[in-house]
Amino acid sequence: MSAQAPVPLADEPQRRSRLAAVLDSDIAYSFLHSKVTIAAAIVALVIIAAAMLAPLIAPHDPYDLRTLSLLDSHNPPAWLTGGDARYLLGTDDQGRDVFSTILYGSRQSILIGLMATLFAGCLGIALGLIAGYAGGSLDALIMRAADIQSTFPAILIAMLIDGTSRALFGEQRNDQTVFWVMVLAIGLSFWVQYARTVRGSTLVEKNKDYVLAARLIGIHPGLILFRHVLPNVVGPVLVIATINLALAIITEATLSFLGLGLPSTEPSLGTLIQIGQKYLFAGEWWIAIFPGITLAALVLAVNLLGDWLRDALNPRLR
Amino acid sequence: MKLRAFALALALAVATTLPASAVTFRFAFQGDLKSLDPYSLNETFTHGMLGNVYEGLTKRDKDLKIIPGLATSWEQVEPTRWRFHLRKGVKFQNGEDFTADDVVFSAERSFKPASDIKTRIQPAGTKAMKVDDYTVDFVLPSPNPILPYEWDTWYILSKKWAEANGSVEPQPQAGQQQSYAALHANGTGPFIITEHQAGVKTVFKPNPNWWGKPEHNFDEVIFTTISNDATRVAALLSGDVDYADPIPLQDVERVNASANAHVLQGPELRTIFLGFDQYRDELKYSNVKGKNPFKDVRVRKAFYLAIDENAIVDKVMRKAAVASALMISPLLFPLAKDFTRPATDPAEAKKLLTEAGYPNGFEVTMDCPNDRYVNDEAICQAVTAMLARVGIKINLLAQPKAKYFAKILVSGGYDTSFYLLGWTPGSFDSWNILANMYRCRDEKGAGGNNNVGNYCNPKVEELTKEVLVEADTAKRDKMIEEAYKIGQEQDWGYIPLHQQALAWGASKKMKIVQRADNQILFYWFRKE
Amino acid sequence: MLAFIIRRLLQAIVVMLTVALIAFTLFRFVGDPVNQMVGIETSAEERAQLRQDLGLNDPVVFQFVRFIGNAARLNFGSSYQFKTPVIDLIADRLPATLELAFVSALFSLLVGIPMGVYTALHQRSILSNVFLAASLIGISLPTFLIGILLIFLFPVTLHILPSFGRGDVVHIGFWSTGLLTASGLKALVLPAVTLGLFQMTLIMRLVRGEMLEVLRTDYIKFARARGLSDRAVNFGHALKNTLVPVMTIAGLQLGSIIAFALITESVFQWPGMGLLFLRAVQNVDIPIMSAYLLLVALIFVIINLTVDLLYAVVDPRIRIDARTA
Repeated sequence: MSAQAPVPLADEPQRRSRLAAVLDSDIAYSFLHSKVTIAAAIVALVIIAAAMLAPLIAPHDPYDLRTLSLLDSHNPPAWLTGGDARYLLGTDDQGRDVFSTILYGSRQSILIGLMATLFAGCLGIALGLIAGYAGGSLDALIMRAADIQSTFPAILIAMLIDGTSRALFGEQRNDQTVFWVMVLAIGLSFWVQYARTVRGSTLVEKNKDYVLAARLIGIHPGLILFRHVLPNVVGPVLVIATINLALAIITEATLSFLGLGLPSTEPSLGTLIQIGQKYLFAGEWWIAIFPGITLAALVLAVNLLGDWLRDALNPRLR
Repeated sequence: MKLRAFALALALAVATTLPASAVTFRFAFQGDLKSLDPYSLNETFTHGMLGNVYEGLTKRDKDLKIIPGLATSWEQVEPTRWRFHLRKGVKFQNGEDFTADDVVFSAERSFKPASDIKTRIQPAGTKAMKVDDYTVDFVLPSPNPILPYEWDTWYILSKKWAEANGSVEPQPQAGQQQSYAALHANGTGPFIITEHQAGVKTVFKPNPNWWGKPEHNFDEVIFTTISNDATRVAALLSGDVDYADPIPLQDVERVNASANAHVLQGPELRTIFLGFDQYRDELKYSNVKGKNPFKDVRVRKAFYLAIDENAIVDKVMRKAAVASALMISPLLFPLAKDFTRPATDPAEAKKLLTEAGYPNGFEVTMDCPNDRYVNDEAICQAVTAMLARVGIKINLLAQPKAKYFAKILVSGGYDTSFYLLGWTPGSFDSWNILANMYRCRDEKGAGGNNNVGNYCNPKVEELTKEVLVEADTAKRDKMIEEAYKIGQEQDWGYIPLHQQALAWGASKKMKIVQRADNQILFYWFRKE
Repeated sequence: MLAFIIRRLLQAIVVMLTVALIAFTLFRFVGDPVNQMVGIETSAEERAQLRQDLGLNDPVVFQFVRFIGNAARLNFGSSYQFKTPVIDLIADRLPATLELAFVSALFSLLVGIPMGVYTALHQRSILSNVFLAASLIGISLPTFLIGILLIFLFPVTLHILPSFGRGDVVHIGFWSTGLLTASGLKALVLPAVTLGLFQMTLIMRLVRGEMLEVLRTDYIKFARARGLSDRAVNFGHALKNTLVPVMTIAGLQLGSIIAFALITESVFQWPGMGLLFLRAVQNVDIPIMSAYLLLVALIFVIINLTVDLLYAVVDPRIRIDARTA
């Protein structure tokens, strides 16, 4: 974007130096000096890497139904009595290896979460900036759309989108469509928060002298928004994004509880917890608890990284 | 303003607490008691609950044997005329006397368009006629030896009460007006409903003027819906309720291990089975084009042999189910012991598929409910995995029952290729099975209305007709047996899986009578 | 200001109509209500007749206009399942949901804001880290699992607090309240905590973040330099300035609370609107579903309006902007 916009030359070195300063010192410095952040990064990396490499490292392929045997179902973890060395963390109600299923399930959860957050973030930030900056009827239109949107809580939106997708794809929709329906359903319900926050900050920022000044010297509005307003809202947006990533993953799990999430044949972590919670009282805790721990660790790590990123990126904190 | 009156009544109910010695029985079920009108929903739970308040001409005892209810005796005067002698001195809960007029009225009410029990009195065209105040004749267009078999859930309403409250007809389903009978009850039975908050709770009090001798010892019964499995189990374990139904199979052990509750398990009459579309020339949901593999008996048999029902019973049902060779519970058909399930044989199944021209199997979509039967989705998943081993790729479509039934039943145009369903014969008799499952149907569902895959064999069709009019039980059983032999062992028309087990959870203080039709009749319960 | 409110009200009506249209149209896909209304033995002709009688065969536009006309007169029709006017059902269930939402919002604010302030003021203290870690674990598990774990812990294992329902309620006019009886209050604890946990974490993090930011601004440094007490600076200036974004989010979270009440009510069998709605979805009870959505939409429009107005009151710059815009 900056390549096309007319940029005064004087601005260039300053901008590069700010970027360089962030990369060279602050981020690296604060990262290396926070043990918690390093730990969180390691946990997140390990889970994400393991999830992405699931087909390579998982001892079993939970999608391959031919390898499943009901007779192996409900096995406890290997170290407990009745455990089977082949199944380190035990098996679920279909005889799937819990460890392998967690790897594959994490992949589903992470992908849905990332996609949904990305989708919601892009949509929300763009609309929030436009609404806040443009004002007038465009603002009213976008914010009324946001009202409508927030009128339908995430779960309802997902139910509606799920219903629509059934109508559109008929019964021929496959696991792939369900995946994208989830991304859309969860993503769509989250953009409002970004838009509201960004708009709120934009409203405040745009009346500040530096924006007025930038406008006066003829800088393209898009550029003003991106260069001057956006950095100021990056903090709140990142906080929302990290919480949203976690929220997206958990919303997907919640939808499983309502019977709308990913199918149990290609489960996400949420689906696994939903399957497993049925067996909690029965003492077969490993079906829900191991995916639950994975989910909690992942979300915790992401949140901690977000916290740190928020502190490190916020110009006012420096 | 009804609301305010109701609120006032509630406030009073809270304020006037019962004496300390009063016995309150609290129980929870997974579904709602949707309507108090006994003609508005033909469903086991509703029938059971209202069976505590209303009564039929006949009743069924603890072992499901038909016993006198509001009729003391009955006889077949001639093949097309049945005579019922009514019980004298019975009063409805509002004080009116019970007479033949009420029976004739109730018969007519059951035929009304909005009634959901139109098939209780069979065949169509049967008329109820008052002989005197305590005698009613039923005149049939053609003989029906099993006429009163389903009458234990054809409850008798008061004519005067219904007329006075604008409830002569069951509420039309599409009606906008509130139906009095849907929210109030006036039966002859052992309990009176004193408060009904639709979908939340219903309060029962004993009927002091009941004609029978109460076996229960309750002063008050409070029913609450608890739809979430874990919460229902928790409510039982924590003592918040005295009885909970159903208990998920995996929690049976946990409940039994607790100090204050246990699970009563018993056989249920519903048969869970798999069915195929054997009617369309090309399956709607398959990669086989131009033909329907399920029309080939070898394919159906191969599916049957590939499925390890014993593993399903052991692992999915945790042994709380009985593998079934027939579409009817062995408790309901004396000759059922002559039928056995063939042993699981994936190699044979693979061979049959090869012979039929599918050496590499094929793909087909399976429809499955996920909130209707015990572990329904898990059963379908297990079937999916088992069929995968003989090369059949199942695309499993598990849906909530609202969507599921809308798709596969007549209303959805029998829109399925392969499905899982459960069926209880309402009359506890094989004719119901033959008529619903084995009789041919047309595309609109005339004939075997619930024969989803349209299994059709003229010989079975013929036998079904004969069974309806045959009065000699032994002969009739033989005919039924022959029909089942053709339908199952020759045609492999369905894959019966099992009869699921009832799992009722009860506090150890409770004495519970569990009937195999899963009706909750608490007038037989006691709390110590 | 008046013009601003009037314009907002007009917009609100458009919002409501749109919501009604979307909800109404999409609900056509949820399933077949006829199947839920009749038993399994009902024939095809009767089903077709019923569908005709319900008006399900009319064009969607007609059905929608009919629906709006009725809704404007507060007539949402009768529930397919309960044969009871929907408005009565909703009136019966609304107090339960609002009470639960209110108590859990109160819980999340009363616990979240102090925790946020504390963790911002005492960044390095052990207690702060405990708060942060504990709150994060609370949002790292799905609501339904938290609810079930709480039930498992309190009613089942420790035999305290009820496992489901509202306990005894007292009726004051049309309103039923559980706040006046011991069993009603006890019954509120677990659902309110389950429902409020998430919001509590969010509010705590938000307050902490904003507070940290404000504390580093020049004017706070200046206030300290002037010798104002810590107390005055922290609460008089810093906290006050963090409340703008907190208010926006908290307002919006009310929506989230009502949405997640669906799950909480389902787990605790709380007889509120969310449970009514969920059961309605399962049973394709369209009158209940549409009435619920419209009602939720109405609540949201009111919340949004209130947040906007408060926003304008708190931040004068926006007020001017709103007036001129």
